[in-house]
Amino acid sequence: MTAQAASAAGDAARPPESAEVIKADALEDLLDGLGRRGYTVVGPTVADGAIVYDELTSVADLPRGWTDEQSPGRYRLARREDEAWFGYAVGPHSWKRYLLPPTHTAWSAERTADGGMRILDDPSPVPRYAFVGVRSCELAAIAVQDRVFIRGPFADTVYARRRDEVLLVAVNCGDPAGTCFCASMGTGPRATTGFDLALTELLDDEGHRFVVEVGTAAGRALLDDVTHRAAEQRDVAAAVDITDRAAQRMGRQMDVTGIRELLYDNLEHPRWDDVASRCLACGNCTLACPTCFCTSVTDVTDLAGERIERQRAWDSCFTLDFTYTAGAPVRGTTRSRYRQWMTHKLATWIDQFGSSGCVGCGRCITWCPVGIDITEEVAAIRGTEPDESGENET
Amino acid sequence: MSVTAERPTLAVWKFASCDGCQLEVLSLADRLLTLTERIDVAFFLEASGSRAEGPYDLSLVEGSVTTPDDARRIREIRAQSKTLVTIGACATSGGIQALRNFADIDAFTSIVYARPDYIDTLAKSTGIADHVTVDFELRGCPISITQLTEVVTAFLDGRRPSVAPSSVCGECKRRGTVCVMVAHGTPCLGPITQAGCGALCPAYDRGCYGCFGPAETANAASLMDWWGDVLGVDAGSRVRMLRTFNANAPEFRDESRRQDEQVDHDTP
Ligand code: SF4
Ligand code: SF4
Ligand code: SF4
Repeated sequence: MTAQAASAAGDAARPPESAEVIKADALEDLLDGLGRRGYTVVGPTVADGAIVYDELTSVADLPRGWTDEQSPGRYRLARREDEAWFGYAVGPHSWKRYLLPPTHTAWSAERTADGGMRILDDPSPVPRYAFVGVRSCELAAIAVQDRVFIRGPFADTVYARRRDEVLLVAVNCGDPAGTCFCASMGTGPRATTGFDLALTELLDDEGHRFVVEVGTAAGRALLDDVTHRAAEQRDVAAAVDITDRAAQRMGRQMDVTGIRELLYDNLEHPRWDDVASRCLACGNCTLACPTCFCTSVTDVTDLAGERIERQRAWDSCFTLDFTYTAGAPVRGTTRSRYRQWMTHKLATWIDQFGSSGCVGCGRCITWCPVGIDITEEVAAIRGTEPDESGENET
Repeated sequence: MSVTAERPTLAVWKFASCDGCQLEVLSLADRLLTLTERIDVAFFLEASGSRAEGPYDLSLVEGSVTTPDDARRIREIRAQSKTLVTIGACATSGGIQALRNFADIDAFTSIVYARPDYIDTLAKSTGIADHVTVDFELRGCPISITQLTEVVTAFLDGRRPSVAPSSVCGECKRRGTVCVMVAHGTPCLGPITQAGCGALCPAYDRGCYGCFGPAETANAASLMDWWGDVLGVDAGSRVRMLRTFNANAPEFRDESRRQDEQVDHDTP
């Protein structure tokens, strides 16, 4: 689909308007269809003890029978009791790797004989990706980055050209992780918009199959290539039940009532010192986050002094260099950097881009090497800690 | 860093070290030939016999100061060098030989040498910046040739070298490596170690050993608490991990002392 997803704000209660069903086997045909259309298919697969995103050659590459256990600073693969292909939540990677590459050369130039400079053409073609297994929070994250990179006064061509080519096959969540809180952020667990196709995996007495919702004409064409039937009421009910139950089993939650004012009113809260004593300023939270978009640009010359490259790479507001201005970093302490990150995510982002910068995916919690938990930090500032039932007292 | 009208001169010096960083300079190989078109290698014993007199435009210094003679020699070199760049963990923080800083040097020499009275050594192994002003410190055990190329190129082009002082984790995430600490429970020094190696060890399923020394604003105390409380790493191992190639770097040294106080409490 083209980059037009507005908000993938999930509405767990809303049933799909019309749906179809494919047998599990037909997913292979769907992937073949993507291949025939010239897409590089990227999706979840097991590597190095985690479910990462990488190129898929067939459904055999999917993490069949695997799930994940996630908590602050901890991730482990675990076997499922069934043979589900999508029975896990999000892992260490996010789709931003593909839309906003971690490093790339913005342009390069060489010295000319007359002492001038000639900009070199970039012959690399724009990759054409089909993302398979995109979760609802991730559709929301892509929509957030679309607002940043495409809908602002200046479009980022690297992002925009890749984004234009992307086809999105979403998969609804049945097994949220211990660090998920999309239900709090209104971004899941059911995908309602921003996809070409959305699948819900069913593994019951009637067999392994997917309920499929069509989001775009491209999705329609793809589905029409494979054997499918109209969904019956009980298929739809089973699919809705999966996400309804997932919404009840979020590992975490965040009370976002008046969150912008809460943070603006608490810029000197003692909790910032507390979190700063634990925070390593390593930047993992920002780099794992699917909405964080900061990069830095460096000019690199070659040893012969004949060629120059302008390189852009993912950076983080947790580094000192990132705010180095006029002889010193603007935010010299870890306290000010953590506060900047969290306040931007949850408050100033709303002023800047009209939505929260957090989609509740939980990556910053799981992949923080010392388990700092954004939901816990918000709760602490609000003056309430989550109780046993996971509900907040007010 | 200014470039003189003639080709600028380069000198490479060795102090207490294993020569590994100089070998990295040599491993520039064909790039070294390109380099010699722009720079005059005036003094580099490991590469050539030329021993041109100073002053030198750019001095690269490998190794730490461990003897009274080293302490004198580095002052002379500084006086002869317009720009002085230290290369490697030894020159930056005292190297692995700085383990002596935590022990009694006389006890060491009496055990190791038949005639300890022949040994004329300082009680501590220290980095070059403890003795003279250093213009730029290139970290690593050994240094990365990519970073070395960048520093030399920046010198020749009169610009600031682009060498990030932030953590190894940034390189890990850009590379797409699955975090070995979070996903495998492997203790990793990456969050408090300066980038530069390209996050090599985590990519091969090992924790970072801290070769590039402390990252900017390294919060070693928090990481060590996590290792102890959550990963179950005992205090003795925490001390040993902090005391390797950069044992004498202040952030690692001070935290290793704090951890050392816990060793007895930890062992039953
Ligand atoms: S919150 Fe965690 S991941 Fe983020 S910078 Fe601090 S220690 Fe690193
Ligand atoms: S701030 Fe954390 S939970 Fe929110 S979108 Fe980013 S990584 Fe996910
Ligand atoms: S493996 Fe080590 S260096 Fe890499 S992200 Fe994890 S803690 Fe950081």
